[in-house]
Amino acid sequence: MQYYLEFIVAGLGLILLMWEAFASPKNKALLGLVGALGLSAVLGFLVCSSCSSCAGGEAPAWIARFYANDGYAPFFKGFALISTISVLLMSFEFQKVINKFTNPDGSDTNAGEFYCLPVFACAGLMWMASATDLVSIFVALELVTITFYVMIAFMRRNVGSLEAGVKYLILGAFSTSFLVYGIAWVYGAAKTTHIAQLSQLSPEVLASPSLLFGLALIIVALGFKVGAAPMQLWIPDVYQGAPTPITAFLSVASKAAGFGIAITILRPFLESDITRGNVATILVVMAAATLLYGNLAALAQTNFKRLLAYSSIAHAGFLLLGMATGSFDYVLFYLVTYLLMTFAAFFVLGLIHNAEGSDEIDAFNGLGQRSPLLGLSLTVIMAAMAGVPLTTGFVGKFLMFSAAIQNLDTISWLVLVIAFIGAAAGFYYYFKVIRAVYWCKPHSENTINLPLISKLALVVLTASLIVFGIYHQPLMALMS
Amino acid sequence: MLLLALILIPLLASIAIFFGAPARLTTIATAAVNLILGVTLAFVPDTVCTLSYEVLANPSIHFSLGIDNMSSVMLILSVIVTFAAALSGTCVEGKEKLWYSSILLIAAGAIGAFISTDLFFFYAFHELALIPTFLMIGILGRGGNERKEIAWKTTIYLALGSIILLAGFLFAGSQLESFAFKDLAAVENHQTAIALLLIIGFGTLVSLFPFHSWAAPAYASAPAPVAMLHAGVLKKFGLYGLLRVGLAIAPEGMQHWLNLLLVLLLCNIIWMGLVTINQKRLDCMLGYSSVMHMGYIFLAIAAAISTGGEIVDPSTGTLTLAASAAMLLMFAHGISIALSFALADRIEAKTGTLEINKLGGLGKTAPKLCFLFGLAIMASIGLPGLANFAGEIMVFFSGFEGWSSEQGLGPVQITTIIAIWGVVMSAVYGLRAFRNIFQGSLMGKSNDSTDISLLEKAPAILLAIVLLAVGLYPNLLLNLLK
Repeated sequence: MQYYLEFIVAGLGLILLMWEAFASPKNKALLGLVGALGLSAVLGFLVCSSCSSCAGGEAPAWIARFYANDGYAPFFKGFALISTISVLLMSFEFQKVINKFTNPDGSDTNAGEFYCLPVFACAGLMWMASATDLVSIFVALELVTITFYVMIAFMRRNVGSLEAGVKYLILGAFSTSFLVYGIAWVYGAAKTTHIAQLSQLSPEVLASPSLLFGLALIIVALGFKVGAAPMQLWIPDVYQGAPTPITAFLSVASKAAGFGIAITILRPFLESDITRGNVATILVVMAAATLLYGNLAALAQTNFKRLLAYSSIAHAGFLLLGMATGSFDYVLFYLVTYLLMTFAAFFVLGLIHNAEGSDEIDAFNGLGQRSPLLGLSLTVIMAAMAGVPLTTGFVGKFLMFSAAIQNLDTISWLVLVIAFIGAAAGFYYYFKVIRAVYWCKPHSENTINLPLISKLALVVLTASLIVFGIYHQPLMALMS
Repeated sequence: MLLLALILIPLLASIAIFFGAPARLTTIATAAVNLILGVTLAFVPDTVCTLSYEVLANPSIHFSLGIDNMSSVMLILSVIVTFAAALSGTCVEGKEKLWYSSILLIAAGAIGAFISTDLFFFYAFHELALIPTFLMIGILGRGGNERKEIAWKTTIYLALGSIILLAGFLFAGSQLESFAFKDLAAVENHQTAIALLLIIGFGTLVSLFPFHSWAAPAYASAPAPVAMLHAGVLKKFGLYGLLRVGLAIAPEGMQHWLNLLLVLLLCNIIWMGLVTINQKRLDCMLGYSSVMHMGYIFLAIAAAISTGGEIVDPSTGTLTLAASAAMLLMFAHGISIALSFALADRIEAKTGTLEINKLGGLGKTAPKLCFLFGLAIMASIGLPGLANFAGEIMVFFSGFEGWSSEQGLGPVQITTIIAIWGVVMSAVYGLRAFRNIFQGSLMGKSNDSTDISLLEKAPAILLAIVLLAVGLYPNLLLNLLK
């Protein structure tokens, strides 16, 4: 069963699509709800199969060449499922906005696919977690990317969404070409695309410049997925233009997928003494540039969505530090904290956008008076993002910093200083939001009513930010 | 478990207030329970049971609590000032929830920081206390729109200080492979870097010159309880940390920066002393005086550094003179500055202004307020019989500890001699303010102001009694430090 989860998910997507095409349910958001239920069932299977003793066993022969359920695969599959479920739930509230941009106006004729596409992306993300061959990694990655092309430009009568779609399409294709080219170079040097064989290369091959060149290209291409410099330029515009749930999906799932693949591909090279130095250097340089760009550019933002975009770049920089030191457990931990914080932030943003029709930080003015619960949870979320102690965000940064300090010879003082400056800058731009929430006068006195689902989701996410911030071992145990 | 209760009681009470429990009553009751519990735990060591719970295996982090001689003094200070702060100030109409739950949160954070015995939670609890502090200054602070700027500046300053501090902790922790206080020892590499990071990091939190510029405006615009709690208790976190953590992990590094520290602390005492003399408003004056007095405590720490960084005398097992002097003065200053801010708030409530020149003759209409404020001012000048005198005299002695007249004056001794002039400056600004406000002809609203009522007096009397008790019999605290 555990080897067919991707097929089940893809099948679920197809069923939803058929339902939408032939039976055309009255309320399109129903599709999202059914999708979320189906994915929850798959998640249940996943948890059972990875906990119980039946977890072992060989993959069926016909996919064994491309597919393995080892290492971090169950973790990333769970990650993909949870984030897709959250996105579908978030989209439930978002239908009003989607309907504004459909043809004819206000109808939900074309809104159905919006709830089916994330399921396909989820199948791609799950497959990617298990892929053990550069070719299957590439195919899975493209499945995800192509669904994102559609989802980002989904509000096709909205100029911002179109602009985001075009930017993502062109730059995404650009980065894909880097990836293919890099795979070709690696194949040329190593005569194989299979990860297991890549880890048993002879020293001459490992030392060859063509292999390193191929790896560098692959790293740069993955930098596009995770939003790391020099491939980070698309992030702010695409995040701002895309429908809010998709932005959340993009910032969490796409980043996790990128780091998942990076761990799969780079692990053998980071473990071998011959290539470690060079690969780590590339990652460290990228980390330094990403940290600088993300944190410094975020300082000047006045739009909350753009702020989150730059903050996502900044977080990618911290994650790259963990990659470069080979502390994959810490990377995974950081990704989980990032998932919690980001979804919580986008939940709040969605609610504010519904109430105010604006994504500017100004729209949060006086939120503490208009809705104490929303104000308090946003404070916790922003504090977690900034890395205030007793929140998960702090633990994530703490682990990254301690990994970096323990590997000072790879990381170098300069980059470490940049990372600390970045963290300090984070206090400034995240606290700006808290300042707006409590210290500024509200634009209107109306209280904001929270729908029950959102209230529940928000309380759970915020509470988990604090609970795991104090007691971290359960999250850490999740990785192993 | 009792230690955990010290933190949990105020935390849970503040949550209860958020959900609608009667704010003022809950806060005062909670602070009273904590006061009794804290003092008992500090003076009756048998009741203490430590607690340690692993929250992360690698790197090893424990949630561990415990009390020893130094933390018991800080614990007593925290619970006393919390109780006084709960009774002080006038809450803005309709903001009771925020006002009182913030007081409790700050108290929980401060107590948590002082009884934690793991660096991770030591640091974390302090940050927990800072957030409500910022919010209170920004939302309920005095002084118009300017307060938002001040609160923002304070936020950024203290956040930067904390991050620098964190860097220092991480450098040390990664070498020691443990964050527990009991494992703290001199690290092998990068001691100078760690020492500098800790001096700047802790120094920013304690308003060491030149990282002090946030402090006075922040205290001047903070609501009275917040100013009392921050200036009285929370700020001592940095000094306590330097003594406990800084000297333990980087004694040689500290030695390297000793001369720099001496110059900076002299700036705190002399330069800030002159700035304090120049203040026209009572709240600003108190704020700057608190910055100035930090210099004396830094002097004690410098004395400890110069004698090798040991704060526990290995032969007797008691705290060295320098360390006990620092602890005693921290305690005394915490109580006296809290008393001053509480009374300054009352003066403003009675007369509507804190401009020193617009006040006068208040002693005639409010003699009790006059008496208590005089006591606070005398304490901060260092009049014998009050706690600050015992602390300051010990600090000055510790500067000359182990020094004999054959050797020439070292940097620490020279600094001590110059620092004594600070006492004169305290007398200048303290007595002048007292004269202008309480004596002379009646001015402004002093005419029809009433004396303070029993409820307003209660916190001040509590603090004044503590000042007198410790001043007349310093062994009350010094015995704890043995």
